[in-house]
Parts: sequence; structure tokens; C-alpha cells
Amino acid sequence: MGRLLALLGLVATMLGSAPARAQPLVFDLSSHLIAITTGFSGTELLLFGATEGEGDVIVTLRGPETTTVVRRKSRVAGIWINTERMAFAGVPAFYRVAASRPLDQIAPPALRARHQVGLENLRMSPPADAPTGEIPAFRAGLLRNQEARGLYASEPGRVSFLGPRLFRTRVVLPANVPPGAYTAEVLLVRNGQVIAAQATPMLVSKIGLGADVYDFAHRHAALYGILAILLAVLSGWGASVAFRKA
Amino acid sequence: MQVYLPIAEMSVDVFLILGLGGGVGLLSGLFGVGGGFLMTPLLIFIGVPPAVAVGSEAAQIVASSVSGVLAHTRRGNVDFRMGSVLLAGGIVGSTAGVQLFAFLRSIGQVDLVVALSYVVMLGIVGTLMLQESVRTLIRHRRTGAANRGKLHQHNFLHGLPLKMRFPKSKLYISSLLPLSVGMFVGLLSALMGVGGGFIMVPAMIYLLGMPTSVVVGTSLFQIVFVTANVTFLQAYQNQTVDMVLALLLVVGGVIGAQIGARVGAKLRGEQLRGLMALMVLSVALKLAWDLVSTPEDLFSVGRMEGGH
Repeated sequence: MGRLLALLGLVATMLGSAPARAQPLVFDLSSHLIAITTGFSGTELLLFGATEGEGDVIVTLRGPETTTVVRRKSRVAGIWINTERMAFAGVPAFYRVAASRPLDQIAPPALRARHQVGLENLRMSPPADAPTGEIPAFRAGLLRNQEARGLYASEPGRVSFLGPRLFRTRVVLPANVPPGAYTAEVLLVRNGQVIAAQATPMLVSKIGLGADVYDFAHRHAALYGILAILLAVLSGWGASVAFRKA
Repeated sequence: MQVYLPIAEMSVDVFLILGLGGGVGLLSGLFGVGGGFLMTPLLIFIGVPPAVAVGSEAAQIVASSVSGVLAHTRRGNVDFRMGSVLLAGGIVGSTAGVQLFAFLRSIGQVDLVVALSYVVMLGIVGTLMLQESVRTLIRHRRTGAANRGKLHQHNFLHGLPLKMRFPKSKLYISSLLPLSVGMFVGLLSALMGVGGGFIMVPAMIYLLGMPTSVVVGTSLFQIVFVTANVTFLQAYQNQTVDMVLALLLVVGGVIGAQIGARVGAKLRGEQLRGLMALMVLSVALKLAWDLVSTPEDLFSVGRMEGGH
């Protein structure tokens, strides 16, 4: 909390010292690099900033875009089988939104759609030849699955104001947060109009032993396979010897 | 205490994994099966992606089988000649299995095929074993001891060519028989993330007619090499072997297996088989139920191949 106040103080000083070039919106993250170490079990990201003048704040955090296949099961001979598939391009691996007031009171639908605010406005593109009648069901299925895994949240988080100008919000990054390049975006909205928009990058990256293992497994797959067998044989043999003596 | 699994890309509780490894290792030592048929579904159940569960479990089975086979070799319970023939088939079968696995994964049917294989295999094996052990137990009760005239029944399988002598098993049978058993079990090993002991052991007893004393050791002997082959191919082709996960399972598993082997030596064969049959059947029933009951969500997602 003390660190937060210090940071906010710094922002306020920065704003105060340059009144001539006063920006309508500045913000930063408590960390631009989230390290997934061997002991990683999720973390909390703090986003804080200041606005010039009145307005509401909308914050979005989007993970790296991937192509994701959605499959639908249907009953074949009494068994549930994946029968249909649809691949969506540009699906963010992670998504969170937060706002200072309920979204529908701050921003009109067109604005929300333009800035991809809210799960329903994520621009995930189905294949060109997809049957249009089927897309909504597959899209909803995709959102539901991502939400169940904690990668998406349909409920917006809260952006709280400290006084008239300083704002902050917390984003919980779960243990399964996907690695990659993220973008945090903040919109300052007044009377249903975007007054200012700012974005900043954030990186979620595997660091340390976990990252080394992952890299090694992908770059030297054959060697990794051989080492895996050796390790397994050694540990099995070691246990056998240990128990024989015992 | 949480630990991050680098290949599975998820965080798990260390003690949960150690406990799973220990519990399944105990059963493994007790019954002479790899325990994969329990471990792989359990791993998938706690959220490990099926492909990683199958690949990492193969590495774990290598370790637990090594310590098991060493214990059995010391007691002279391994028929190396029979094991080598089974192994030759196993290498062919498991190599084909890894290719099939990669293909099924690409068309999104791997979960279904894995589950179906489990239901069919465990269902058949469990039923046969339960029948046999109940029959033996009843016979024991009536006559005090079973007295059979022949070591095993002779049927058309004994008329096949390429006969080989297996002195340790007191058998003179066609080598095609153990070769195809090995091939079939190798295929399942790669596909289901199992050592295949639960198929191999009954096949050795009922199909090949091997004496029960050498069955477990010989099965473990060939399992070591077949699962080592699976581990290498899964790591090399699919990058789905999570060594952090596998080592945690190993630590729990080897301890459990050693205890299991000691307890197993004091129990009667029919009782063991009866117990294992019940366990095999309950896993099969659970998986069958999951296939026919309406899923919570009809939709599922998967990252596109090469999407990293």
C-alpha cells in the first residue's frame, strides 16, 4: 500500500511539474514483466494512473492473440463425440476489463465495440466459409470455455478513484496465465466519447528452470527425450538400491 | 506448495502429485502393472492436458518399472527370452501408436479414442480376471487345492509356425504369438499412456500360458523398454513429456512400488487378481459413464497446432 501511494505520488508530481503539456491521461503498471518461475502460483497486477478533468475510466488487459479451435460434441450411437469444429483467429489468450462505473452507463455500444470493451466485443474472426447461423453458438462456447479456465472474466473489475484524478485497479493473474505479449489499454470517457486513450505493453514470460526446461524440450527434442529416459532409469534404479539396503 | 509444470504450462500442488504417485505406485508394486491406467486418467482429471499426461506418464512408468524389474530379477522371476520377443513386437507397436496419437490429436478425436480404448480394454480384461479369480476361489474352497492335469489347454494357437522354446516359462510355442501380443500392447501403451501391464499380464497367463511366477517380472521387463520408446518419441515428435511432472510422480511412485512389492509377496494370487479386476472394472465404468452422460458443455477448445 505504501508503495502504491508512493507511485501515485510520483504520478501526481509528474503531472504537476509539467502543466503546460498536461496530458489528459497517464497510467502505468506495477510491473511490465510477469515472471513465471518454478514456484509461480499466480500474481496480482496493479494498474494506476491519473486523469485530467472529469471522466470515467475503462481498463482492458489483452493477452497474445492465438488461433483457437472450438469443437462441438453431438451424440453418435449413444456416445458424445466431437463432430463439428470452427477455428477462430485473433482470440486473445487472456482478457480482463475494468471500469469506474457499469459499462453500459459509461460508453455506448458503438464505442465498446470499437475498443473491444467486454467479452461480447472481442474481435475473434471465424473462418470465411463458416455457416453464419452457427457462429454465435461456437463463439459463446469459446467464451464459456475460456471463462471456465479463468482466462476470461465476463464481470468487469472495478476501477476506483482516489480523489477526483487518481485511479487504480487490480488485475489478478491466475497460475495458468498464458505466456506472451500483453497490452494494457486505458480509455478516458466523457459523455460517451473517448477523450484520451493510452496503451502500454506487458510481458508474461517463463523465467528460470521452467523456462530452460521448456526451451530445451522444444529446441533439442531428441536430446530431451534421451535425458528423460536416463533420468527415469536412474531414479528407478536409485530407489531400488536404496530399498535393498533398507 | 505449488510448482509450475513447464511443459503442461500449469501450476500444481507438489504434495498432490507426490500423493498420486505414491498411491498408484503402491498398486503398481502390488499387481505388477505400471499403474498408468489409473494415473493417466487421474492426471487428465486434475487438469493436465491429455497429450502431456500420456507423454509424462510414459517416463514415470519407465522409472517405476526399472525399480520393479530389478527386484524381480533378483528373485529370478524374469523370462528374458520371452521378454525380448514381446519387446520386439512392443517397439513396432508403440512407434506406430505415437504416429496414430499425433494424427488423432490433429483431428480432435484423441480424447474419444483414448477413452474408448480404456473402456473396451479395461472392461474386457476386468471381466475376464474377475471371472477367473472367483472361479479359482470357489474351487479352492471346495477341494482345498486345484489339481490340473496339464500346465495349460492346447488350442489352434499352438499350431502356428516359427515355434520357439522358452525354458524359463516351460513353453514351446510359436514366436508369432508373443510378437503380436507385444505389438498390440505397444500400440495401446503409446495411445493410452500406460505400460500395458493390465493387458500383458492376463495375456501372458491366459493366452501364452506362462507360469504366474514369471509373469509380473517379464511384463515389467518389456514395459521398461516399450515405455522408454514411447517417452523418446513423445518428447521428440510432440514435445509432450513434462520432466518436472514425471520426476514428482517418480519420487512418489518408486516408494509406493517398493512397499507394494513386499505386501504383494504375502498375498495369495487369486485374491490379488480379484482385487485388481474390481479396480480395473470400476475405472472402466467411470469412463463409460463419462462417454454416455451428457457433458456439461458441448463445446470445447483447443489451441491450434503450432500456435505457440
